[in-house]
Amino acid sequence: MFDLNGKTALVTGASGGIGGAIARALHRQGATVTLSGTRAEALEQLKVSLGERAHVVAARMDDAPDIDRLAKEAEAAMGKLDILVNNAGITRDNISMRMKDEEWEKVLQVNLTGTFRLTRAVMRGMMKRRFGRVISITSIVGVTGNPGQANYAAAKAGLIGMSKSLAQELASRGITVNCVAPGFIATPMTDGLTDDQKKGILARVPADRLGTPEEIAAGVVYLASEEAAYVTGQTLHINGGMAMI
Amino acid sequence: MSDIAERVKKIVVEHLGVEAAQVKEDAKFIDDLGADSLDTVELVMAFEEEFAIEIPDDAAEKIQTVGDAIGFIKSNAKP
Repeated sequence: MFDLNGKTALVTGASGGIGGAIARALHRQGATVTLSGTRAEALEQLKVSLGERAHVVAARMDDAPDIDRLAKEAEAAMGKLDILVNNAGITRDNISMRMKDEEWEKVLQVNLTGTFRLTRAVMRGMMKRRFGRVISITSIVGVTGNPGQANYAAAKAGLIGMSKSLAQELASRGITVNCVAPGFIATPMTDGLTDDQKKGILARVPADRLGTPEEIAAGVVYLASEEAAYVTGQTLHINGGMAMI
Repeated sequence: MSDIAERVKKIVVEHLGVEAAQVKEDAKFIDDLGADSLDTVELVMAFEEEFAIEIPDDAAEKIQTVGDAIGFIKSNAKP
């Protein structure tokens, strides 16, 4: 089950906690992976730890020409692209009354617009080969909202709507488009929370613990597999029961 | 030159699964040959591959009939 031998995958934000775990999990299942992100050194380290079947293409998700270059170089490095994991994302938290235009725009640009551009750039090859898996990492807050994250929640909700639309456009060509929505996961992004914030979060999580990046990666592996061919336009929530939707 | 027309028609027949007799030069891909908008994108991709040309998006939007495709390719394909 979930064998990815012979498949190729591009993971954005692969230098982060969840992105790294996703890249490792896809690689372990046999896929060739291209790691993307802005921190070239961290990407190279991950590449070395993976060994064979790994490439690095650093790119900025707020730069349209850079995104096109990423799509081209990833396809060139691996010969084709079967699986795109849109994991790159940033936060610029602030309560809305204080949120600056730049904070709003930056988050939308990287998390939503960049993701759309990259997905559009890789669709052509997937359509030709009649196979594709597009998996975007959204967030629980894209569905529930979260104070201080109007920009982030809007972008993550946008990913869900985008994915449902693409899923309908591309289903007849063997391409599935889905989202994975993590709840609170132990990563450098959540390490920044104070103990009080963490306590407050855990009070809302029936599983009574933060999730692990590996638990998110397992969901991505499933959606990337041949076995998930009939699953499209869906959002897989992995959140310890924090929200049941 | 008729070679281009034949190759275009062959691609349309294979791609849309229609009878060769239906593929007249004035036949519209969407209205007459049952293509959906994604089919037209794929046809353009297939033409690009067959004739080793680039069809920019704004040109692709104007290619609505079999004759449009043949005309564009005739004036842009390398001899």
